Amino acid sequence: MCSVQVTAPMKINPKAPGISASLPAPIPAQLSTQAAAAPRHRVDAREDAPWVRFIVVAVAVAFMGLFVVLPLACVMTEAFAKGVAAYFAALTDPDTLAAITLTLLAAAISVVANVVFGVIAAWAIAKFDFSGKNLLIALIELPFSVSPVIAGLVFVLLFGLQGYFGGWLLAHHVKIIFALPAIALATIFVTFPFVVRELVPLMQEQGTEEEEAALSLGASGLTTFFRVTLPNIKWALLYGVLLCNARAMGEFGAVSVVSGHIRGQTLTMPLQVETLYDGYQITAAFAVASLLAQLAIVSLIVKVVLEARLERD
Amino acid sequence: MKISIADVSKRFGAFAALDRVNLEVRSGELLALLGPSGSGKTTLLRIIAGLDWPDEGQVLFDGEDALARSAGERHVGLVFQHYALFRHMTVFENIAFGLRVRPRRARPSEAEIRARVQKLLGLVQLGWLADRYPNQLSGGQRQRIALARALAIGPRLLLLDEPFGALDAKVRKELRRWLRDLHSEMHVTSIFVTHDQEEAMEVADRVVVMDKGRIEQVGMPQQVYEQPRTPFVHEFIGESIMLPVVVLNNTVHFEGRPIGVDAQGAPDGVATLFARPFNMTILRDAASDSLHGEVRGIHGIGPARRIDVALGGTQTVIEIDAPRSHNCAIGQLLYLRPAQYQLFPSEF
Repeated sequence: MCSVQVTAPMKINPKAPGISASLPAPIPAQLSTQAAAAPRHRVDAREDAPWVRFIVVAVAVAFMGLFVVLPLACVMTEAFAKGVAAYFAALTDPDTLAAITLTLLAAAISVVANVVFGVIAAWAIAKFDFSGKNLLIALIELPFSVSPVIAGLVFVLLFGLQGYFGGWLLAHHVKIIFALPAIALATIFVTFPFVVRELVPLMQEQGTEEEEAALSLGASGLTTFFRVTLPNIKWALLYGVLLCNARAMGEFGAVSVVSGHIRGQTLTMPLQVETLYDGYQITAAFAVASLLAQLAIVSLIVKVVLEARLERD
Repeated sequence: MKISIADVSKRFGAFAALDRVNLEVRSGELLALLGPSGSGKTTLLRIIAGLDWPDEGQVLFDGEDALARSAGERHVGLVFQHYALFRHMTVFENIAFGLRVRPRRARPSEAEIRARVQKLLGLVQLGWLADRYPNQLSGGQRQRIALARALAIGPRLLLLDEPFGALDAKVRKELRRWLRDLHSEMHVTSIFVTHDQEEAMEVADRVVVMDKGRIEQVGMPQQVYEQPRTPFVHEFIGESIMLPVVVLNNTVHFEGRPIGVDAQGAPDGVATLFARPFNMTILRDAASDSLHGEVRGIHGIGPARRIDVALGGTQTVIEIDAPRSHNCAIGQLLYLRPAQYQLFPSEF
């Protein structure tokens, strides 16, 4: 796209392409005086030598191939190593289906929670001034800098049998650790910056004038939110949701600590992959892994589409 | 609608944005709130609109307490400096917004909404833009759509916050004349905020000059310009020559010598003499009781010329306007006397 715009001003004489080709060489007279000082051929500061370009591109492509394409291809070939039937048999195994369901459930819960929390927090940060605002901004980023294992441990410490609320929870027959609630909580913890981070800069840039205009035109607070605020942030919100969802489905560390690894009950897809692999069920492990890989590819495509939309807004 | 503002104060932390402001806005008039940034004019507008609440004081709409009502309940049309059009809605939907969000019982039918919006689009002369989005419009067009949107709710009062502030000079001039005409057609009480004195003078019926959260003067444009009540107003509106003088026995002294003007009843003591550059008369003959100084520069084209005069021993340089017919040269000594002036005793 970009190159089209760059070359457009060069169309001095469209009938003689030879001229435009020789254009990049600027003012030969001046060049000759420089050429006396500079050895052999001229060096254009804006362009590297072909062999440099080749090496740079080759390194980048090789790196991508080695670290992204090769593993992905490996996952797919291993998954189908024993044929299509074995692949689908592995995926329809009751324990694996349970893991898929649990993963979807945990991701759905964390997406909903993060959308609600994210919009509220972004609204507060972008549109109000209050003391402690900077602290809140710093805290929102915390999950990115804390190891997921520690995030998981925090919940064990709070709700585990030896934890602060463990005794009370046991007495009231509420199960959090080694069950869906803890898995959801850990997932929410590791994913909650995604939505807020997308929304805050956008909402700050948009300001509050449109909302004020809506209020003065007689709209209620709720109407203003749904008709003015939400449409203005919807693409950024979807983008945040996508990133949040991708991370939620792939989360391993935090979930691993709180899950308890009960087959068919508290294993999410990443944990299921680990369990299968440890049990030498290589094909099944790769089959589940291939699902996660496909999810990643779909996420990537949706991400590109959303980015284009965001750009346009 | 008549608006009474009584003893309204508003503080932001230690900063007094409004300090016991009193103002009566007459029904149907076009009033300008004029002042430098930080003078409190926008805060006052936002309080009237219902987007901010004062710490103290009263705001009455036709004798009714407006502060008891939310922004939406006040039926006030609001126009922002940066338009604040709903960016994801078409021009048509922007204008229709105020009608569509009404409670079901008060909401006009779709056909009525359509007719109303078309009429407003005609009023702002932008009928062909109905299906465009705000970002496809020029600044001037956006501001006219913003005005149409504000008028759609049939406002009792129209508030405009620096409505031409974001537009370029030519469009600004066009649009303010257009606003003037529109107002004289519709007669809806309107208040607009501006820091541009020329704009306030040209458009408004009356001008409110504000500074540091207080109202300095309220009056017709001519009145504010010709009879400024405070030094601030004199300095802020139009060009001013300011001379530090001393009043003694009803005569005015500059640099220890009388300058031949009456003190207009100002008390003895230190004062400042304010005059307009075109109100300085150049005396034909040397006079000891006058201002005198050396011509430092002559510039300008057109009917009048601007002359820089360095006065007496203090080297205070003042700029005066002289008719083109007046011949003078750099280095020449001029004797001056203000034909019209005002004296404000210094506050210390």
